[in-house]
Amino acid sequence: MKKSVILGALTVAACAAGAAGAATLDDVKARGKLNCGTNTGLVGFAAPDANGDWQGFDVAVCRAVAAAVLGDSSAVEFVPTTGKTRFTALASGEIDMLVRNTTWTFSRDVDLKFTFVGVNYYDGQGFMVPKALGVSSAKELDGATVCIQTGTTTELNLADFFRVNNITYEPVPIETNEQAQQQYLAGACDVYTTDASGLAATRATFEDPTAHVVLPEIISKEPLGPLVRHGDDEWADIVRWTLNALIAAEEYGVTSANIDELAAAPTTNPEINRLLGTEGGLGEMLGLPADWAVKAIKAGGNYGELFEKYIGQNTPIGLARGLNAQWTDGGLMYAPPFR
Amino acid sequence: MTSYPDVSRETFRLRMLIFDTRYRSLTIQVVALIAFMLLVAWIVSNTVQNLADLGKPIDFGFLTGAAQYDINQTLIEYTNRDSHLRAAFVGLLNTLLVAALGCTLATVLGVIIGVLRLSRNWLVARLMTVYVELFRNVPVLLWIVFFMAILIETLPPPNAFRGENATASMLLGDSVALTNRGFYIPEPLFSRSLGDISVFGAFDISLDLIAFLAVLAAGLWASARIRARADRIQNQTGLRPTTWYLRLGVVAVPVLIVLVALGFHLGYPELKGFNFRGGIYMRNSLIALWLALSFYTAAFIAEIVRGGILAISKGQTEAAAALGLRPNRIMSLVILPQALRVIIPPLISQYLNLTKNSSLAIAVGYMDITGTLGGITMGQTGRELECVLLMMAFYLAISLVISTAMNWYDARVRLVER
Amino acid sequence: MSGTHAHSAAFVRDRMIPQEPPPDRSIGALGWLRQNLFSSWLNAALTLVSLALIGALLAAVLPWVVHSSWTANSLSECREQIKAAYGPEESGACWAVIRERWSQLIFGFYPSEIYWRPILAFGTALGGLAPVLFPGVPRRALYLTAAAPFLVPWLLWGGTVWLPVAVAFGFVLGYAGFRVVAPWAGGILGAIAAGLVPVLWWLLLAGKAAGGLQEILPLGIEPVSSRNFGGFMLSITIGLTAITLSLPIGILLALGRQSRMFIVKVICVGVIEFVRGVPLITLLFVAWLLLNYFMPPNTNFDIILRVIIMVTLFASAYVAEVIRGGLAALPRGQYEAADALGLDYWKAQRLIVMPQALKISIPGIVSTFIGVFKDTTLVSIIGLLDPVGFSNSIRADVNWNGIVWELYGFIALMFFIFCFSMSRYSMYLERRLRTGHR
Repeated sequence: MKKSVILGALTVAACAAGAAGAATLDDVKARGKLNCGTNTGLVGFAAPDANGDWQGFDVAVCRAVAAAVLGDSSAVEFVPTTGKTRFTALASGEIDMLVRNTTWTFSRDVDLKFTFVGVNYYDGQGFMVPKALGVSSAKELDGATVCIQTGTTTELNLADFFRVNNITYEPVPIETNEQAQQQYLAGACDVYTTDASGLAATRATFEDPTAHVVLPEIISKEPLGPLVRHGDDEWADIVRWTLNALIAAEEYGVTSANIDELAAAPTTNPEINRLLGTEGGLGEMLGLPADWAVKAIKAGGNYGELFEKYIGQNTPIGLARGLNAQWTDGGLMYAPPFR
Repeated sequence: MTSYPDVSRETFRLRMLIFDTRYRSLTIQVVALIAFMLLVAWIVSNTVQNLADLGKPIDFGFLTGAAQYDINQTLIEYTNRDSHLRAAFVGLLNTLLVAALGCTLATVLGVIIGVLRLSRNWLVARLMTVYVELFRNVPVLLWIVFFMAILIETLPPPNAFRGENATASMLLGDSVALTNRGFYIPEPLFSRSLGDISVFGAFDISLDLIAFLAVLAAGLWASARIRARADRIQNQTGLRPTTWYLRLGVVAVPVLIVLVALGFHLGYPELKGFNFRGGIYMRNSLIALWLALSFYTAAFIAEIVRGGILAISKGQTEAAAALGLRPNRIMSLVILPQALRVIIPPLISQYLNLTKNSSLAIAVGYMDITGTLGGITMGQTGRELECVLLMMAFYLAISLVISTAMNWYDARVRLVER
Repeated sequence: MSGTHAHSAAFVRDRMIPQEPPPDRSIGALGWLRQNLFSSWLNAALTLVSLALIGALLAAVLPWVVHSSWTANSLSECREQIKAAYGPEESGACWAVIRERWSQLIFGFYPSEIYWRPILAFGTALGGLAPVLFPGVPRRALYLTAAAPFLVPWLLWGGTVWLPVAVAFGFVLGYAGFRVVAPWAGGILGAIAAGLVPVLWWLLLAGKAAGGLQEILPLGIEPVSSRNFGGFMLSITIGLTAITLSLPIGILLALGRQSRMFIVKVICVGVIEFVRGVPLITLLFVAWLLLNYFMPPNTNFDIILRVIIMVTLFASAYVAEVIRGGLAALPRGQYEAADALGLDYWKAQRLIVMPQALKISIPGIVSTFIGVFKDTTLVSIIGLLDPVGFSNSIRADVNWNGIVWELYGFIALMFFIFCFSMSRYSMYLERRLRTGHR
């Protein structure tokens, strides 16, 4: 049995061809699969269902990129990463892109040398407390025990917040959201803090969600978005404009229901025509087929549809659009023009 | 005599490097050394190249930067403005704390269970077998998570202690509180404290503690002298003077005097605000990790103890009995010294395993060195290589210290044996 | 003296009296109880304490295990079902999560239509191990043992059949190289050739040959990327590979450590002590974070393979120490006898030393293997979806958010079954090999 490692090496070498080369697009095309880093499991954003298919809001971005590049939304290898391993996975070429509610920060962009291509969810860190505690503001939390997830920006924000307000707290670092939830529900911590979306998602799954309140303070800006390595601008463009296409599609009213009709022939709206490739040569400029955006949108729907499907009001998670509404509705979702 | 010059005159030929056993081992060693050094050089050059490509050359400078995160359990002073290096040191002390606690409890439990497994009581022996098999055959990671979940789910939150109709109450005359955030126990306080002394300007040590330990050590030393004297008298005259009250006094009286002089009293935990305040707070992450590691390792230690006792042949017991020794003397003078020689080396390697397993603290959020240096610091700075190297160096240092001690012990008992 | 004594006796029994039945208190169930449970006050107290402990434990766990739901599709549905069936205050186990997800807990993301492949692969591995493990199995099964190292990875990862064939051909080449070179250049050069030729073949030609053959005669099964491995299949794959590979590497390391060649010895001691001195989790960090840095730029190989390499290294160091113990326990006379017979180093090791040393080391080796298998759970910390990792992902599903005990209980049970049977096997082996050495 001595040499079976070599056999294994050769066998899997075929599956894991060198990916860290400069031209990620070529690698992905040659491989026929997109390697997309995602969460090991976060309600609403990424989790495998009973059939082993990954589902979620972050996952949908991966699928859209796979559809745009390879024409097949299922041509994705999902690589579950933890808070600790995600950046190394991306830096080493293990994955082509990372969509794992990762906050866009200066040091990650500049020092860790990643390119954040946009924001798919504007979040902020909030606090959740049981109603019975009678707390109405985070500033009343002096001396409280706070559950936090480690390996994220959350714990730095928390340290800053309590320092600025000159109050003390007892941090309880926790590896996964599920453990944090368990501790919080059992009363092992008074407060659970993480991104507001995560709080809402967690609260939604409680036996009695009304017994818990999310405090009004949002103590940080957390623009969460997909990121790629520095140094491959073509690939960054593809991911960036795929995300923008999803956002723009919602703005122009292109949905998975009417897209076939709209893409069949040029419409009266030149912006939609350029987006859907019936006019101009935007796809060609990206090095993709003309209907790249059509496929990306058809993969799961436009930004709004994805939002409603995975984390919106009608799901158990029940997030409101808030900051993530289109700019035309007073939100921050603003796709640059397609021209 | 005649053959000697022949051999030396034999001309050296290259093929002798392979076919002559005198040179072959040299050849093999040189080849092995070259191959090994080439491998190391290859890895190092690849690493340097790769890191340079990524734009983050090996640099330990990040250690002096502000850590910016808080740690809940700190044995030395620490705030989030302190450096990553200090955070790593806090984690290191936490590792050592849980390892020391774990080794102690695991030994106690392991010895008890190992002896009970040999009990003639059928039920007890079976129960202990079940215990050993259960703990040995399930991964320690699962046990850690289990113990944490048990603590969280079964103990009351601090809230339950509050108000008129509290559902939980403190134990031992309101001095100990068991909550699902951890255990609060009374802490020793000194009303006439001597203050702290700063060591290297890095951290403070309580002078009270030093005074207490110094007096205790002196007392124990005096007690040992008294015992040695009693031994001498016994050897000369065959009569052993009664010394227990003297020995007790020599230890206890000075210690009591020091405690009274420093104004010793206990500080009790009290429910204030969200949490208990005062007292020593043992967080449930520490307790879960401590218990899980101890119970898990105890199963292995029990087997070692059982094996050690079974390894002593029955003839030893019988021979000792024939010499007229009483059962407890047989145990302490004949069986134990021999069994210990068998038990101690594997026992120490179990201590080593426990220390290494404590790196799973991350599963319950206990901030050991894997949680600080290998966790948050690594995540925030992105310096994987440096952090992992430092962590490895730390664990290596611990195991080298312990295995040196083990070899020293091994050599000592060998001398006694032959 | 004795004669006169006998004569003066007033009464001499000239017949054996019939055996009395033992007193009621010392036979039957009562006697057994007295002897085994209540022989003294201390024992009686211990018995009662134990009984109370068992009772309390069962009272706490049993109702929860029994009052369960097997059919629900989400945790909330589960709670409703249990409340409906056993009363509003009851809480029970929601085993439905195991029912719904058990195939994922076992196979991970492996495509469900080809579950037969891992099953067949592990069956083959077991079949290949059987003649090694049990003496009763016919020797012909050894062919399966020889084929298993090639068959098992092929079944697991799939792809062209020519790749394992090409790799196996390397061994044939090595043997041929030895037979060709040895007669005219001596055993040493022959051994070098036997080592060098296959390595050159694997590195330079095997891949191309397999590719070529595949074009001529396409024979293969659907390839499965190792990212799809998960659950117990991942644990077993890592564990089994590490265990089989660590034995030969461990033997070499142990021999190196015992060697009289200073440099070889230093290198081996360094490797063994380094690997044993650090926790496995740091080695897994190396596998995940650093191993790619150690390779030439732009190479990238599979994470599971990297983990297997590190776990194998870890297991090898421990196996090496166990075997060193076995070597040290052999009487010096055995080595000297081998020398006296004129055996060279390798022959002496192969025929005299190793068979005995390995026999002494077997309990240690098996317990190392059990430890390695248990330690595969650590891969969940670096984000691989072994059973423990998968339990987190399952809990991230909206339907199962908040479920704890059922998943951990199931995983613990599975590990217990695997490890317990391994330790029983080791005890069986110890009994079988006890040929009166002590």
